[in-house]
Amino acid sequence: MNTLPPQIRADMALFKSTAERWASIAFLACLLTMPLYASSYLLDVVNRIGIFVIAALGLNILTGFTGLISLGNAAFMAIGAFGATWLATRTGLNFIFCIPLAGLITAGLGMVVGIPSLRLRGLYLAMATLAAHFIVEFLTVHWESVTGGVSGRSVPPPSLAGITLDDDRTLFYLIYTLVVLLLLFASNLFRSRVGRAFIAIRDQEMSASVMGINVFRYKLTSFGISSFYAGVAGALMACQAKIISSETFPISIAIDSLAMIIIGGLGSIIGSIFGAVFLTVLPELLRGATTALSGSFPALTGKLAALKDLIFGMLIICFLIFEPHGLAAIWKRIKRMLAGG
Amino acid sequence: MDATFLLQLVINGLVVGSIYALVATGFVIIFKSSSALNLAQGEFLMVGAYISLHLMVSHKAPFLVAFLGTMIFSALLGFLIERVMLRPLLDSPVISVIMVTLGLASVLKALLQMIFGSDTLPFPEIFPTVPVQIGPVPVSQGYLYSVACVTILLAALSLFFKHTRTGLAMRATASNRQTALSMGISVKRMFALSWGIAAMVSAIGGILLGAIRGGIDMSLAHMGLKVLPVVILGGMDSIAGAVLGGLVIGLLESFCGGYLDPLVGGGVKEVAPYIALVLILMFHPSGLLGSKRIERM
Repeated sequence: MNTLPPQIRADMALFKSTAERWASIAFLACLLTMPLYASSYLLDVVNRIGIFVIAALGLNILTGFTGLISLGNAAFMAIGAFGATWLATRTGLNFIFCIPLAGLITAGLGMVVGIPSLRLRGLYLAMATLAAHFIVEFLTVHWESVTGGVSGRSVPPPSLAGITLDDDRTLFYLIYTLVVLLLLFASNLFRSRVGRAFIAIRDQEMSASVMGINVFRYKLTSFGISSFYAGVAGALMACQAKIISSETFPISIAIDSLAMIIIGGLGSIIGSIFGAVFLTVLPELLRGATTALSGSFPALTGKLAALKDLIFGMLIICFLIFEPHGLAAIWKRIKRMLAGG
Repeated sequence: MDATFLLQLVINGLVVGSIYALVATGFVIIFKSSSALNLAQGEFLMVGAYISLHLMVSHKAPFLVAFLGTMIFSALLGFLIERVMLRPLLDSPVISVIMVTLGLASVLKALLQMIFGSDTLPFPEIFPTVPVQIGPVPVSQGYLYSVACVTILLAALSLFFKHTRTGLAMRATASNRQTALSMGISVKRMFALSWGIAAMVSAIGGILLGAIRGGIDMSLAHMGLKVLPVVILGGMDSIAGAVLGGLVIGLLESFCGGYLDPLVGGGVKEVAPYIALVLILMFHPSGLLGSKRIERM
């Protein structure tokens, strides 16, 4: 590494400037002290953001970085959630260990779903993963010995060093430890051989294979890593929800995840974070706004769900047409403006 | 008893299948002309059902007038969507086009829900209600009318594509955009037209479905996703395939619902088309009648 020219070394650095490093540390410090002063409602939202950062990051690795479109993210999250819960109730294992195990189970199954990706591309893969979603949904309803069917299963709370992590405050630390670990892993992944192979496959599959990249193996790896993230996110969601059923992971979660990486920025780590924050906070803001306005417009409250869908759809369309690189591109522009003074 | 039950299942399957065929045809027309995957097809169907219901109930329009009004509205909606959302995304990656139609689906559904509410609305009876006997099975007349409508419509579409200038121009655009352009065909107009036709055809599907079920609600949108197994089975770029696929998937659903659902406690009917989709994609991705040209390494 030390023999590389300085330009490339700068390119490969985790933080591009000292200011960026300090800003990240300061932000992290603010975030980590949050449970000390934040209300339980705010913490709940912040925890959900963390979970969706992981889910969006996973999907972005597959879709944004490797170019494989997946509508199966909700199904993978469901596999993680039910897998972890089943392991914990069956073996009595501490849930905290079930989270990575569920991630591994999901990664394995994700690779099975990924096998058709050898033959399928683009919209065919989108359809195959959509079908996979409906098949998983069918199994969550009917494979009652594992999933509990329609009535669902209660999730045993994880514990660490004698402390049971069953409220928002304690879960916060669990979730954000994983968020930070998985973020670091993802950023390092794209500074490595494997990550660059993903990007090469996305940009020009034929050239990638001519240059000696084993396209099939790397596509499967991408499916595996992406599903691992989704599985972990699903297991964390189970922790937060405490009871999971066949209705916890509808197709709308898969569409939300895709919307997060589109609005945040395809093929951008920070974009995944922006997208997850934006799309988790937006419904909360809308709910706040409609409650505030319900005095003068009482009809508005009943239309909240529809209003949310309307704005959600408009946002997707507008970002695709006007800012296809998402919030990450806007963020870059702002940073450049600030740097340029 | 068994033969009667079987006949009942076949008839139900063919009726539902014919509507799948109709909606899938709209899907294929769009895919052929502009290679866009339209995941908002189910919402087009809903728009058709709600607009015609609104015209008939709130404005007391006779069925034919309501029907014409719905057609005009759907065509304009199709043109508008193509112009505003799809044209800026021409030649962008597949995911952008898929996502823009998902966004569109969300917007259309939300608008309908805000205007008409989410309760089931009764649909006016546009077909006579007395059932007809076919052999031992009583069949609702709505079913027969609906199958007749679909057949006429598909025949008309096929005449349109074979014998009219515009239809030929659309097919030329589908087969080679560059050549069509150099022959003086306005490719943009053909794209707009294909969206308009797809929206109209789906709207008819919506009206028929509303009439058969007797009521409409937000669950009509599921029809849009059912189209995917249909077009994969038939072949993504074949209208004849869409019709065949529609009928087969309709029958498959009907049989799974009749014979397998009682054994496992339901749900097979809904999932069977998607299992079929996965199997077809794995073993014969070009479908029954689709062209063999498929994206692969």
